[in-house]
Amino acid sequence: MFKRIFQLFLLTFALSAGAQANVAKTPDTLVKEVTEEVLNTLRTDAAIKAGDKKRAAELVETQVIPHFNFSRMTQLAMGREWTNASDEQKGQLITEFRTLLVRTYSNALTSYKNETVEFDPFRMAPEQTDVTVKTKVVRAGGRPIPIDYALEKNGEGWKVYDVSVAGVSLVTNYRETFAAEIRAGGVDGLVKSLRLKNSPPAAAAK
Amino acid sequence: MTDTKKQTSNIRPVLVAAIAATLMTGCATSGNPKDPIEGFNRAVFSFNETVDKALIKPVAQGYDYITPTPVQTGVSNFFGNIADLWIGFNNLIQGKPGEALSDVGRVVINTTIGIVGLFDVATGMGLEKHEEDFGQTLGRWGVGDGAYVVLPIIGPRTLRDTGGFLVDVWIDPVANHDPVSVRNSALALRAIDMRADFLKAESAIEAAALDKYAYVRDAYLQRRRSLIYDGNAPRESPFAQLAPSENLMNMLPIEATWRFMLVGTPATMGVDVMNSQRSTELAVASN
Repeated sequence: MFKRIFQLFLLTFALSAGAQANVAKTPDTLVKEVTEEVLNTLRTDAAIKAGDKKRAAELVETQVIPHFNFSRMTQLAMGREWTNASDEQKGQLITEFRTLLVRTYSNALTSYKNETVEFDPFRMAPEQTDVTVKTKVVRAGGRPIPIDYALEKNGEGWKVYDVSVAGVSLVTNYRETFAAEIRAGGVDGLVKSLRLKNSPPAAAAK
Repeated sequence: MTDTKKQTSNIRPVLVAAIAATLMTGCATSGNPKDPIEGFNRAVFSFNETVDKALIKPVAQGYDYITPTPVQTGVSNFFGNIADLWIGFNNLIQGKPGEALSDVGRVVINTTIGIVGLFDVATGMGLEKHEEDFGQTLGRWGVGDGAYVVLPIIGPRTLRDTGGFLVDVWIDPVANHDPVSVRNSALALRAIDMRADFLKAESAIEAAALDKYAYVRDAYLQRRRSLIYDGNAPRESPFAQLAPSENLMNMLPIEATWRFMLVGTPATMGVDVMNSQRSTELAVASN
């Protein structure tokens, strides 16, 4: 009995320490740790290596997603259209956009082939709440690909709100498409298109 | 701030504006100011996709399948080495003598120690590979994007980058090589090697895009913007999307480059201008 309570104590301590560490963590160490975690899994997980997209999505869901701020991302992708959406529409947009990004990201992970990641030197002022952490994916037989993470500090610590690959923001790249969809069918039209894209067999088969 | 305005208003290339205006009156479709000839572009885009699917992509896949990775790296390095001299020259006329010198150093090292460029030893020695072309130089000099165009087979460009591309081809040592038979094989090999390099990114685009045409277009425009700023482009305002196409003309004054070339004053002054430009953008965004 005592033993169990003692264990609970330890566990609680460990958890709160973990939570604290997370808040105090600098954005570059956060990116570094998450990247290394993901790379480790990619190197060891046979299912993902064999192209199992479900496993890759699980990995993204558990290791990556908690560090992303999807409402901020959706807002960025919507640009000025964001203010024209109702709260309900905003919720739907966040859900669908999240699904789309997670799927895109997990797809990319299944094509992993021994790439390594390098981290550019990082500097920030202590009062900064919006930073960019620059990394490079180094691969055999091709030029390194720069990947930049934009992070913002909120109550829960640092959250990624944008990812740029070779200078292309995966979030704002949707802005014109979203605007065109909204011009054609309103915000509901955009939600519908996103749902269609996200529904499993449709466009994904190729 | 007013200084920057004054400098740039003189150098706006009237020609590009005139061509853009002509095209704009042609066939406006969805009203995207960056893409005034969208209807035409979509047609060429789908033509390119068809040709790619039927011919170019299968060849690239075959090449990727039968060629061992070290050989592919060697091929990329070989053509990369040939390109480095022109890249260095572009860095020089963009007012970046340090980068230009590093590019020349790369060519010297890779051509000798790297055995005619097959091995990129210079990168390991700290001389990073740069990516420059004449379109970027024009952008750096203050020429705006102009309309987005999809060229047959060649693919996405802006009007400015089409002009830059023509100069690149005119200079290109591979395209100017004699005899023609060697030239043609070399051009084909280079193109296939580049296409093979892009195979992975492509499936990611398929997964991500709601509208592949628009996704590729916007990625191209973002990529070029990033390249012109050498990877440090200021963040775009979230409300910029419907504003007239972003004005790269105001980016860096052509004077910095000229001053460097004539007087030898380091062109680092461009940084100040970039910062003041950024604060202008912020001011506009907060309005």
